[in-house]
Amino acid sequence: MEDDAPVIYGLEFQARALTPQTAETDAIRFLVGTQSLKYDNQIHIIDFDDENNIINKNVLLHQAGEIWHISASPADRGVLATCYNRTFCCVLSLDSFGALGKSAAQLFIALATSSDSKVLTCAAVWRMPKELESGSHESPDDSSSTAQTLELLCHLDNTAHGNMACVVWEPMGDGKKIISLADNHILLWDLQESSSQAVLASSASLEGKGQLKFTSGRWSPHHNCTQVATANDTTLRGWDTRSMSQIYCIENAHGQLVRDLDFNPNKQYYLASCGDDCKVKFWDTRNVTEPVKTLEEHSHWVWNVRYNHSHDQLVLTGSSDSRVILSNMVSISSEPFGHLVDDDDISDQEDHRSEEKSKEPLQDNVIATYEEHEDSVYAVDWSSADPWLFASLSYDGRLVINRVPRALKYHILL
Amino acid sequence: MAAAAAAGPSPGSGPGDSPEGPEGEAPERRRKAHGMLKLYYGLSEGEAAGRPAGPDPLDPTDLNGAHFDPEVYLDKLRRECPLAQLMDSETDMVRQIRALDSDMQTLVYENYNKFISATDTIRKMKNDFRKMEDEMDRLATNMAVITDFSARISATLQDRHERITKLAGVHALLRKLQFLFELPSRLTKCVELGAYGQAVRYQGRAQAVLQQYQHLPSFRAIQDDCRVITARLAQQLRQRFRCGPSALTQAPICARLLAVALPCVCFCVELLLALGEPKELRSLEAELGPSPPAPDVLEFTDHGGSGFVGGLCQVAAAYQELFAAQGPAGAEKLAAFARELGSRYFALVERRLAQEQGGGDNSLLVRALDRFHRRLRAPGALLAAAGLADAATEIVERVARERLGHHLQGLRAAFLGCLTDVRQALAAPRVAGKEGPGLAELLANVASSILSHIKASLAAVHLFTAKEVSFSNKPYFRGEFCSQGVREGLIVGFIRSMCQTAQSFCDSPGEKGGATPPALLLLLSRLCLDYETATISYILTLTDEQFLVQDQFPVTPVSTLCAEARETARRLLTHYVKVQGLVISQMLRKSVETRDWLSTLEPRNVRAVMKRVVEDTTAIDVQVGLLYEEGVRKAQSSDSSKRTFSVYSSSRQQGRYAPSYTPSAPMDTNLLSNIQKLFSERIDVFSPVEFNKVSVLTGIIKISLKTLLECVRLRTFGRFGLQQVQVDCHFLQLYLWRFVADEELVHLLLDEVVASAALRCPDPVPMEPSVVEVICERG
Repeated sequence: MEDDAPVIYGLEFQARALTPQTAETDAIRFLVGTQSLKYDNQIHIIDFDDENNIINKNVLLHQAGEIWHISASPADRGVLATCYNRTFCCVLSLDSFGALGKSAAQLFIALATSSDSKVLTCAAVWRMPKELESGSHESPDDSSSTAQTLELLCHLDNTAHGNMACVVWEPMGDGKKIISLADNHILLWDLQESSSQAVLASSASLEGKGQLKFTSGRWSPHHNCTQVATANDTTLRGWDTRSMSQIYCIENAHGQLVRDLDFNPNKQYYLASCGDDCKVKFWDTRNVTEPVKTLEEHSHWVWNVRYNHSHDQLVLTGSSDSRVILSNMVSISSEPFGHLVDDDDISDQEDHRSEEKSKEPLQDNVIATYEEHEDSVYAVDWSSADPWLFASLSYDGRLVINRVPRALKYHILL
Repeated sequence: MAAAAAAGPSPGSGPGDSPEGPEGEAPERRRKAHGMLKLYYGLSEGEAAGRPAGPDPLDPTDLNGAHFDPEVYLDKLRRECPLAQLMDSETDMVRQIRALDSDMQTLVYENYNKFISATDTIRKMKNDFRKMEDEMDRLATNMAVITDFSARISATLQDRHERITKLAGVHALLRKLQFLFELPSRLTKCVELGAYGQAVRYQGRAQAVLQQYQHLPSFRAIQDDCRVITARLAQQLRQRFRCGPSALTQAPICARLLAVALPCVCFCVELLLALGEPKELRSLEAELGPSPPAPDVLEFTDHGGSGFVGGLCQVAAAYQELFAAQGPAGAEKLAAFARELGSRYFALVERRLAQEQGGGDNSLLVRALDRFHRRLRAPGALLAAAGLADAATEIVERVARERLGHHLQGLRAAFLGCLTDVRQALAAPRVAGKEGPGLAELLANVASSILSHIKASLAAVHLFTAKEVSFSNKPYFRGEFCSQGVREGLIVGFIRSMCQTAQSFCDSPGEKGGATPPALLLLLSRLCLDYETATISYILTLTDEQFLVQDQFPVTPVSTLCAEARETARRLLTHYVKVQGLVISQMLRKSVETRDWLSTLEPRNVRAVMKRVVEDTTAIDVQVGLLYEEGVRKAQSSDSSKRTFSVYSSSRQQGRYAPSYTPSAPMDTNLLSNIQKLFSERIDVFSPVEFNKVSVLTGIIKISLKTLLECVRLRTFGRFGLQQVQVDCHFLQLYLWRFVADEELVHLLLDEVVASAALRCPDPVPMEPSVVEVICERG
């Protein structure tokens, strides 16, 4: 049985931000945010029709600025949060002062930039137009011509805290709680009055020498959603959201900067991290001195690591060596001996067969390396609707949708 | 008689019949008889008849033949011969018949005479026999009379004979009794005179009798006396035994005496123990004792050999001489005794040898072991059952193994020592600020010192297999020691551990580069590579030559080791590239991350960090060049430095930025870069490196530039920020191309950096290429 060919979708702009529409569990839908300094940025809503292998897209304008991070609410399909650069319009000022002498213009720019022409990354919660929430199947050219705009629900005020690195929603919650990471602060927000108001519930900050900056964070789905893990420089930290205090700390988790991390959805103490040392490491947070396992398959920085939502042996990584690698980490997954058959009414034969299967040595291996990208891959993620499908996004704006090889899928299922 | 006479002529008449007148019937009957015979012998009549004439016995015309047929013969004669010949044959025939007749008559007469004389002889014999029978009868009656007389005489003598016998018995008994009564006094006298032998013999003779009659009071008294005397005797003997200076030489005699005198079994043990408390062992122990300057091991084993082993030999010889009669049980006891003493001796020897383990010199040890082993061969033959020789061989083997382990440790320590030296040498010049020894020199030093250590170890170990050493022909030393011990354990083990030590530098957790100096990585990598190319095979050949490895144990082939060494070299070099790349990467990264690119001023200079990068790269180039060959570059036009770049910067660069001005085509930048990527190969950043300078530097530069690219993409640039990047990249371009295998690679990556910076700039106004060049040249 041949695997379906990957589906490729091209965006006009550079892009880094990708998320599945978390609250949608029927249709395969991804949100991609673009990065352009010169044009209006967009959020592409990518609908993938699995049966016909067709992509439908809808474009929303995101005029606030270029998008560095995007995340979708787990409760409301129409709500999403972005981290974006607010650029102060140097272009305009240059234009308007272009008539002046060069030195004068320079002087002005020097003054302007020193005062308020700073790039600041902000975060906001948005709502997309109702008709796009569940995806529309109109023809793509039509929708591109009449791009709609996002409705701003609330702004996560970060003037006191610095650049927003990312925004994470409380998983499995009602979409009311958000954590955002801003420079060295970790901020917990409460969204009130149908998300139109964000109230800073609590915050904590990282103190230490040097400039400490969070690079990424994830909210653990375990422990009643009270734990968050963050990465800064080479260190991984766990936080308790109730007291906003540090639970654990993995110093020097990677040789260089830690780029991303993810929690195992089925094993509460396991998390994966990746970073600039080209490695993917798996940790047991109860023993932080040694990683449980280390993968070194990429040949450049690994920017993203994602566990499959239901089969946690499948781990997806994206790297700036332009490759996406799907690994099978059976030995440290929640099903280290394959699928456990625990139905009572299976016949003896089947019982026997399953026993045999469970005896097979299951080994960790790389399932596939996807080389459809030609630029650095900055984001990968699994679909929230189909556990066998994932998307990856490279800087040149290419989105590739791939599937887990069928042979493996059946091996896991049967 | 008449019948015999009649029978005479009748057979004669048969052949005598003339052929002319034969009766018709006789031949007929004879033919029939013949026929039956023939039938019996399986010859057919017809066949015989049908045969052609010739020498055939069945020829009917042959006169002397069995199948002679007169009719046929006559017919033939008549038909074939002329008359004259017929006549001749007739006369001839008649003459023959006459001759036959006369012969027959003389034969009959001779036979007749012989019959007559035989009859006479028989008659005479009959008469003689009759006379002899009478005489025999007479002889029988005489013999009966003689028997009768003899029986009567013996009956009369019987009585007297019995009495004489009894008297003789009494006499003997009396003599014995007399001996018994005299025994105590005789024994006393013997003891006084010192004739122990005599005493023991008396005692031996009397003992059984005394034992038997001890219920009689008089005998009991004698026995008690004897016992007292014997005990005294034994006491004296034992005393002589113990304190006599010539104990061992006199021992056999005394022992023999004692053995006979006393209950054997228990005494054997006592004897052996008495002897077996050799002073030699104690003196050896004393030597081992706390006295700090222990005598050297050779002396020790000499003492042990001559003292203890010699003593043991004598005891064993004496024992065997004495108690040979005891058979296997005795031998068993002796063996057990020898084993017990042997084990104590071996324990001492091992303690002594253990003290020797620390030293580096093998020759003394081997000589000592040789003596030790040689010494134990004599008792080994004598006391085969005790297995002393085996135990000794085992000890020697164990010591040999320990020595191998010790040498392996030594080699490892030497290697680590070399590494420490190198570290110090690498660290020193920076502190001192002057030129230290070059890397190549250091490498040569390390290589030669390790090699000399290996050779020294081999030479030291080789002593164990020298021909003149007594244990070198043991199977262990011929086979396992050479192949498993020396080749596998020592040499292969060392090379492996060397590789492992080297590899461990790659895995050091301090990946930030502080742990191991990169130069050390480079040096080790080169060392491993050298090992792969030449040294391993050289060392192994050397080993194989010195130790004629000749057994079936599987040995690690050279190729496997080489592969391991190569892998180590590769990993080290890759790690070196990573570490160095990281150093430069960090510099570039800091320089990009910490700067405020939006508010930067118009570039007037190349940033200092770029100069630093070029400087560092040059330094690395020099460093690598000391150890690795240049390597192959991709063929390029010879003058590829400036001209190419100016072409690149004026045409391609502008071509790429041009669309950015025109807001009408937002796709173009992407399209262009994508099309360009289609035609260029994917760049593997941390790809494995080859063993040459160009490859190493290519790797380092790739890592650095890729870092630069990724960092640039994370920032937002102002116009002058972009221009600064442009200037920096041009500067790098100017200086980095010469280090890499394919300069197109540097172009590509720098291109990408500038393009990314342009994308990240809201106001991309590139600098004039000429200005860029001027700035770079000035810098």
